[in-house]
Amino acid sequence: MAQIFPKWTNYIPLIGGAVAPLALGTVVAAFWYWGSPWFTDVGYAPTQPIPYSHKLHVGDLGLDCRYCHNTVEHASRAAIPPTATCMNCHANVLKESPRLAPLREAMATDQPVPWIRIHQLPDYAYFDHSVHVAAGVGCATCHGRVDQMAVVSLHAPLSMSWCLDCHRDPVPSLRPPSQVTNMAWDKDTANYDPARDPERKRPVTELHPPLHCSGCHR
Amino acid sequence: MATLKNTINPADFDDVDYARYPDQFDPVEGRHPLILGNPSFQSVTNDVCGPAEKPMPFGWWVLFGTALMLLGLFGISIGYLVYNGTGVWGLNNPVGWGWAIVNFVFWVGIGHAGTLISAILFLFRQKWRTSINRFAEAMTIFAVMCALSFPTIHVGRIWLLQWVFPVPNQMGAWPNFRSPLLWDVFAVSIYGSVSILFWYVGLIPDLATMRDRAKTKLKQIGYGIFALGWRGSNRHWQHYEVAYLILAAISTPLVLSVHSIVSFDFAVSQLPGWHTTIFPPYFVAGAIFSGFAMVVTLMVLARKAFQLEHMMTLKHFDNMSKIILLTGSMVGYAYAMEFFIAWYSGNPYESFAFINRAFGPYAWAYWTMITCNVVSPQVFWFKKARTHIPTLFVVSIFVNIGMWFERFVITVTSLHRDFLPSNWFYYSPTRWDVASFLGSFGLFFTMMCLFVRYLPMIAIAEVKTVLPEANPHHHADAEHAPAAPSTAVAH
Repeated sequence: MAQIFPKWTNYIPLIGGAVAPLALGTVVAAFWYWGSPWFTDVGYAPTQPIPYSHKLHVGDLGLDCRYCHNTVEHASRAAIPPTATCMNCHANVLKESPRLAPLREAMATDQPVPWIRIHQLPDYAYFDHSVHVAAGVGCATCHGRVDQMAVVSLHAPLSMSWCLDCHRDPVPSLRPPSQVTNMAWDKDTANYDPARDPERKRPVTELHPPLHCSGCHR
Repeated sequence: MATLKNTINPADFDDVDYARYPDQFDPVEGRHPLILGNPSFQSVTNDVCGPAEKPMPFGWWVLFGTALMLLGLFGISIGYLVYNGTGVWGLNNPVGWGWAIVNFVFWVGIGHAGTLISAILFLFRQKWRTSINRFAEAMTIFAVMCALSFPTIHVGRIWLLQWVFPVPNQMGAWPNFRSPLLWDVFAVSIYGSVSILFWYVGLIPDLATMRDRAKTKLKQIGYGIFALGWRGSNRHWQHYEVAYLILAAISTPLVLSVHSIVSFDFAVSQLPGWHTTIFPPYFVAGAIFSGFAMVVTLMVLARKAFQLEHMMTLKHFDNMSKIILLTGSMVGYAYAMEFFIAWYSGNPYESFAFINRAFGPYAWAYWTMITCNVVSPQVFWFKKARTHIPTLFVVSIFVNIGMWFERFVITVTSLHRDFLPSNWFYYSPTRWDVASFLGSFGLFFTMMCLFVRYLPMIAIAEVKTVLPEANPHHHADAEHAPAAPSTAVAH
């Protein structure tokens, strides 16, 4: 009887057996790399309606974060400042600048400036700025060196594993509560030990950042 | 010794007792033969391959058409569920597990007969298994497919189903390894894949037979691909036998472990009526019980439709009925023991759960279960019933119904009476619950129909090994010697 299949077909099971696990591994690895927020989201820097420069205001002029984001110590959200906050200065400074036209228009029409949000957590993730600030997590720890960003971009992936990395081992991310908004504070040069900080009201051993599901998914 | 006859009229064997062939003995073993009619090797091949090569009988088309329609219903009900969410089912606050879990356990249970027959009976050298193992294993695989579809759709967001597997991800989220629901994922998928592997390895020599008998090029290639170049050489057979033995050894613990783990879904939780140590053995017995009942139901139909009465003989039904009687009685014992422990433990919640089971709002379901599962198999104490096809068929259907109700009773009665009486609720299914359950039968019977259409439903190569000619002690002279056990000693 004639052979039904040519001889090379003997290799199909061997090749298939080798290729199938590789293909599976490749799919998982590809999603792991290209599908991660670290790849898709970090560096997101949309063009804002007003080219507001954090580098100029924070880095060069020395504004404190809390001058504009004034609720950060007491509320879950770090507020986007109302137009009036901007006008505290810009009622007198650069009154005629064409780049500030949207700001003046917002003031005149009593409509907010349509800022584009960069740090956006999903609705099912509960996050509270105030507890993190109280524990001594610096602004720059999550948001990066905003004082050096002419255009703000997303610094951290904001993925769940990124949250959990810190919740499992918070101590390396802590700084003295007084230094939270200090953009230039460097843990390597500061040689800071949170366990021996008299400024802390709550010992680091009792921080217990939640690791259970309903800590964040309430 | 009865005369050798190669032309068989299968109808002769339909309602036969061996008493009608008092003189027919296996010339070597001295026992009644497992395959009746004294067929030759060639006629075994012809009889088994025939149905897959000839046009299907009218009944097959009726069953296949109905099954396809139900399969369509399954697709629609799944689509509707995915689009709308699990709210389309009758689930409510205390009863968060309804028909979907009932159906899952029902189908997994049915899927237990195949591996028991193919693996455990193989290791125990029960030769009668050869006629029915292929069929039972196919049924197992299709039942596991139906079973797996229910937890899959029950998760609600099936596009996130990959979360049940420990795949690395950027959420740092892993399955909960302490949850029996995760053990289920592994237990059932391992069971499914090992069953498929075992079934397929057993099929290879027969697929080669089909390939060599194929009349068209397409069939030759189709069977040829899956026959993996089998030529039936001595070396092939040696490897095959070893592989089959190893797979049987791997499958054997799975028969016991899978339904034990399914029972953990209930037993590990803290609910009265679920939190009992009797659950694993009780579930395994129930699974084998329901699996054998389904084998009987399907085999009654298949042997008639495809004239295989001389291979799937009344001896097989007799043996299977005994297993049904045994496991059915074990299940009945478990029902009784649950009540005894509810009283003996002195736990008022446990007592309430069981009194409520038997006399509460779901008493109708409980007594249906008792009637079908405990009372109906008792007829199998009598050999007349064990070898009477209509009785077998009816009782096997009763057992199937009863075992579905058993899972319904366990799931729903324990849930619907929460610890807080303000949560108490009466659960009833919606039309979509019913549609997806009926639809799963569509999937099952579609696969069954395709199986009998395209594959040899009896393990040809294995059946030949239980024929007297295949026995190493057989000698041609024995055919002429008078049939008596003593001939076995002669060689």
